[in-house]
Amino acid sequence: MADKREIDADTQTETTGHEWDGIKELDTPMPRWWLWSLYATIVWGIGYVLLMPAWPLVNSATPGLLGWSSRGEVAADIAAHHARHAPMNEQLLQTELAMVADDPDLLRFSVAGGRAVFLAQCSQCHGAGGGGAPGGYPNLLDDDWLWGGTVDDIHQTVMHGVRDEADFDSRYSMMSEYGSMLSSDEIEALVHYVRSLSNLDHDAVVASPGGELFADFCVACHGDDGTGDQFQGAPNLADGIWLYGGSHDDIRRTITGGRGGMMPSFHARLTPEEVAKVAIYVHSLGGGQ
Amino acid sequence: MSEAAEPPRLYAAREPVFPRSVSGPFRQLKWWIMGVTLMIYYLTPWIRWDRGPALPDQAVLIDLAHRRFYFFFIEIWPHEFYFVAGLLIMAGLGLFLFTAALGRVWCGYTCPQTVWTDLFMLVERWIEGDRNAQVRLWSQRWNGEKLRKRAAKFSIWLLIALATGGAWIFYFADAPTLLHQFVTFDAPPAAYFTVAILTATTFTFGGFMREQVCIYMCPWPRIQAAMMDEETMTVAYRGWRGEPRGRGRRAAEVETSLGDCIDCMACVNVCPMGIDIRDGQQLACITCALCIDACDDVMGRIGKPRGLIDYVTLADGERERAGAAPSPVWKSIVRPRTVLYFLLWSLIGVGLLVALFLRTDLAFSIEPVRNPVNVVLSDGSVRNAYELRLRNMTGNDREIRLSVATDAPMALTLEGVDGLEITVPADTTYRQRVYLTAPPDSPAATTTRSEPALIIETVGTGTRVSEDTIFHGRMQ
Repeated sequence: MADKREIDADTQTETTGHEWDGIKELDTPMPRWWLWSLYATIVWGIGYVLLMPAWPLVNSATPGLLGWSSRGEVAADIAAHHARHAPMNEQLLQTELAMVADDPDLLRFSVAGGRAVFLAQCSQCHGAGGGGAPGGYPNLLDDDWLWGGTVDDIHQTVMHGVRDEADFDSRYSMMSEYGSMLSSDEIEALVHYVRSLSNLDHDAVVASPGGELFADFCVACHGDDGTGDQFQGAPNLADGIWLYGGSHDDIRRTITGGRGGMMPSFHARLTPEEVAKVAIYVHSLGGGQ
Repeated sequence: MSEAAEPPRLYAAREPVFPRSVSGPFRQLKWWIMGVTLMIYYLTPWIRWDRGPALPDQAVLIDLAHRRFYFFFIEIWPHEFYFVAGLLIMAGLGLFLFTAALGRVWCGYTCPQTVWTDLFMLVERWIEGDRNAQVRLWSQRWNGEKLRKRAAKFSIWLLIALATGGAWIFYFADAPTLLHQFVTFDAPPAAYFTVAILTATTFTFGGFMREQVCIYMCPWPRIQAAMMDEETMTVAYRGWRGEPRGRGRRAAEVETSLGDCIDCMACVNVCPMGIDIRDGQQLACITCALCIDACDDVMGRIGKPRGLIDYVTLADGERERAGAAPSPVWKSIVRPRTVLYFLLWSLIGVGLLVALFLRTDLAFSIEPVRNPVNVVLSDGSVRNAYELRLRNMTGNDREIRLSVATDAPMALTLEGVDGLEITVPADTTYRQRVYLTAPPDSPAATTTRSEPALIIETVGTGTRVSEDTIFHGRMQ
């Protein structure tokens, strides 16, 4: 193909030699600085590949001479975060739990930290919002507490759990399996009597022997009027909140088979400040006493 | 092809441009604009504006750390970023407006590349001399004089570049504080890094790259050319008057066939881009109008009328060639296209102003807690929880009182607070958990959903803001 290069009169530049429908194209030289910038980027590229993570391998990448990694950056960020919070954490550990509410900054710090711990460690049973779940997972937002709702009570519960066999200091109590001790009619009477304590529908005739049975078998833990005992973790039977359900069948199942829900202890899983924070957080959800 | 063709050059070195100094009205205008724009750039961070003890006192400040933008009496929070978007749209439309009316005035008068290059050329002229002296020094061997002059020039350029980079960082932090930190080597690394990069780019672009930026790097020349039409004012050579050009004496009484252009090359020598405007409209012409001043000067000396190179429109060229007068300047500026741009630009501007003045400085949002939706208390009452976000967008603490407006009876309580009054700190978003409790068997407790309203009242001024929310009763 003949190369009909011409010099364009206006610009004194060569044309490429091609012509399309009478249109010709100038072959203006590129600026030399552009070429050297390109070389500079190539040098930069080589340097970068040597110094930084670059080539993918099967399970990782070439590390680069500088040893930089984004994981390392995150670890450094977390460490810096911990260092930045160390004074506040120290202050929290030195303050009595009940007095934390008097210091707004410390309180805000604790609630925020406690929320993070709660979502990671507690939400699996108690729900992300602390509302509990049927089947014996307590609602932490209401004003009915099995083991006490002050910050110190909550702290103790989190630290050592409830009926955690691995922890000697765990809270402990037991509701016996009354199915082996009482007859079916006796249990039926008790069910109706217990429902009467919280003004739920019941059969007064069936419930009449229940009062004496209650005094013999239940008062020791649940109290004379059935209002419970927080030292023993015995629920209040006279209010509207039921851990295992308040229907006839639920109560019957509870009495017949007994109950002994378990909460793991967290003193080994969490640092002392984390336990303090989560206790303060739970206390701030609306039911704290 | 008889001669052995040598392979065409792929790359060519930059041919240096040595513009000659020029004086005239357009040069004056450019000095004025340079002075004003540079003054604005360097001095604005130092202007103070008192906003009270809680807020910074710098008039123009982009506070990245606290996520605020301050502009005199205006304070923009991140959720109001649409103001910045609006300003950017206005900047774009403004550019379309100016370009459609007056051609590449941005490029020739106000573009930072033009302004700083002009400044650097001024320094160059001051130290090395005018065009002829500069050309001589360029081709001169390196001796004491060349070393001295170049060192002096580069030093001053470096100082200007440093001040330019420095001024940039003062927009992002309190200027007096940052300056003190900077010189005592106490500033954050980002400050030094930024200044280093901007110093390098200012020095390189203004000192050496110059017209290469406009011709090869910048997208504006190519966009601006598309925004001009045959009625846009642009710098052009009146070829119909000047051609055929020729040197030589012109005695007044001698009738010659030559045009007014005496090929003195004044227009070429003063051009900072190194082009010849007589070649016609071209991408590299930034319409800085220095060639107009140069040619008018020469025309005046030889007794000819000014305007051989002038601000004309392409359509004027047709008119004048036909013997008619050019259209008046105002007709280029006020025509349907430019009026439309102006209306759009104003519309957005007015919209921004209205939005600005309709803002309240205490805003709040209620977020009902959805997990769980409600809590039944031991006495059978039903309680809903809400996360309140109170935005105090002023520089003073605000005391506010909360209350609830509802048909059904409901009690309002605050978490961690006795009573219903809280203090929202200045310039903060304050979170507060609140509860609404409906007594057992009350209408709110037994309906699936009711709609109370929460009322925020500023203690002292009595201004009240109300926001509707939802209350979930027992599931039926």
